[in-house]
Amino acid sequence: MSLHPFAIELLQFALLLGLAPAFAGWVKALKCGLQGRNSPGILQPYRDIRRLFGKDIVLAENASWIFRFTPYLIFGVTTVAAGIIPLVSTDLPFSATADVIALVMLFGIVRFFTALAGMDIGTAFGGMGSSREMMISSLAEPAMLMAVFTVSLASNSSSLTHMVSVMGHSEFVIRPSLAFALAAYIMIALAETGRIPVDNPATHLELTMIHEAMLLEYSGRHLALIEWAGMMKLMLFFALGIASFTPWGIAVNGDFASLILAFGWLLLKLTAGAVLMVLIETGLAKMRIFRLPEYLGSAFLLATLGMIAFFILE
Amino acid sequence: MTHTIATQLNSLLAALILLTAFALLAQRKILGIVHIFAWQGFFLALSTAVIGFASGEHHLYISSLMTLGMKVILLPYILYKLVHKLKIHRDIEAVVNIPTTMLMGIVLVVFSYHLTSPIRELSTLMTRSTLAVALATVMLGLLTMVTRRHAVTQILGFLAMENGLFFAATSATYGMPMVVELGVALDLLIAAFIFGIFFFQINTTFESLDVEQMAKLKETD
Repeated sequence: MSLHPFAIELLQFALLLGLAPAFAGWVKALKCGLQGRNSPGILQPYRDIRRLFGKDIVLAENASWIFRFTPYLIFGVTTVAAGIIPLVSTDLPFSATADVIALVMLFGIVRFFTALAGMDIGTAFGGMGSSREMMISSLAEPAMLMAVFTVSLASNSSSLTHMVSVMGHSEFVIRPSLAFALAAYIMIALAETGRIPVDNPATHLELTMIHEAMLLEYSGRHLALIEWAGMMKLMLFFALGIASFTPWGIAVNGDFASLILAFGWLLLKLTAGAVLMVLIETGLAKMRIFRLPEYLGSAFLLATLGMIAFFILE
Repeated sequence: MTHTIATQLNSLLAALILLTAFALLAQRKILGIVHIFAWQGFFLALSTAVIGFASGEHHLYISSLMTLGMKVILLPYILYKLVHKLKIHRDIEAVVNIPTTMLMGIVLVVFSYHLTSPIRELSTLMTRSTLAVALATVMLGLLTMVTRRHAVTQILGFLAMENGLFFAATSATYGMPMVVELGVALDLLIAAFIFGIFFFQINTTFESLDVEQMAKLKETD
C-alpha cells in the first residue's frame, strides 16, 4: 500500500499548514522555560490565529491594492514552498518545477512584497522597517545561495529532492565543506527568519524592530495570514536545513510505513533543531544594526570557504 | 580504510586551520587573537600527528609534540603574560572594514589554490590537497600583518605565517628534517623573547603599541 505522489504533495501541504503553529509554539515554550517564565503552551499560536481571523480589518484610507493583496500573496507563496522542500518524502512531482535557486527567489518575492506593503501606507515605521529589511536581505541572500550551492556541489544537482536522495544515501565521509556551509546556513537562517542576533520577534519597541515594523498596520485576517506565513517560513527554514544537511531517514516513495517513520524523524529533528536555536537565541544579545553587515559578511565568508574547501580538499 | 579516514581527518583539520587564519583577520580583541592563535597551533599539532600516523614517518610525532609545547602552550602563555603586564588585555583594536579584508582573504585563498595546482598534479602524497591551505595560511598571516597596526597583532600575524610554513612542509614532503625543525623552534623561542623586549621598549617610548606612532620618528624639515 503506498500513496500516489500527488497525495504526498497534499500531505506535505497539510503537514506544513498544520504543524507550523505548533512548532512556533514549541519554540516559544522552550524559550519561556529557559528564561524561567510560564509558557502559554504550544497551542497558543493556533488560538492567536483563530482570534485574529475573527476580528475585523482596519484599513488605512490611502491603502492601495498592494497592501490588501500582500497577505494573500505571502501566504500563497510560502505554502508553495512546501511542495518543493522534501519534508517526509523525496517523491515530489512539484519539485521538478523549481530548484533551490527558485526557492530562494520565492522567499525573495515574499520579502519584496512585504517591504512594498510596509511603505504603502506611508507611515514612518513601515518605511524604516522596509529599508532595514532590504539592507539585511541584500546581504543575506548571496550568503544563503552560496551555502546551498555548496550542498549542490556535493550532490551534483540543484534540485532539492535529488540533493536529498544523494546526500541521504551516500556513505559517511567527513566533509569540511558541509560543516562550513551548515554554520553559514544557521547564521543566515537566524537572519532571514528574524531571530535574535539580528531581529527580535517579540519586540514592538520602535527603535529595534525590523520585521514587525513593516506589519504594524495590519489587522484582522490579514495579520492572521501573515503571522501564519511567518510561522511556516520558520519551519521551512528548519526543513530546508534538515533536508540539506541531515537528510537521513527520509522516505523515497509513498510507502506508508516509511512515511510514518520519516514523519517521526522529522518531528525528532525539528524538536532538536528548535532546542539548538533557542540556546543560540538565549545565549546572544541582539546586535546593533550597524554590526549586521559584519555578521552577514562572516556568514558569506563561511559559505564561500565551504565552497573553496570543496574544491581544494575534496 | 584507516588511510582514507586519516586523509579526511587531515582535510577537516586543514579546513579548521584555514578558519582560524580568517578568525585572526577578523578578531578585534587582543586576548581573543592570542586564543585563536593557540587554537591554530593545536589544530596544526593534531594534523601533524595524524599525518605522522598515516604515513609512518614517526619523527612527525616529535614535531607534533614540539608544536604543541611551543605554539599552544609556551608562546600563547608568554603573550598572555606580556599583554597583562602591558595592561592592554582589555584593548579592542580599531580595525576598519573587516568585510573587505575578508574578501581579500578569499581572493588570496583562490590564488594559492591556483598557484599550488601544478604541485597537486605531480605529488603522490596523501597530503597534496592541503598544500593550498598551507600557502593560503601564510598569505593570510601576511595580510593580518599588513592590515593591523597593533604591534602584538602584527607579531601574531607573523607567527601565523610560521604556522603556515610548517604546515606547508608537512603537506609537501611529510615534514622538514629534524635538525631544521629544532632550529626553527629555537629561533621562534628567541624571537618571542626579542619581541617581548621590543614591546616594552615601544610601550615606554610611545606609551602605546600602535605602530602608526612610529611615524613620529621620521625627521621632518
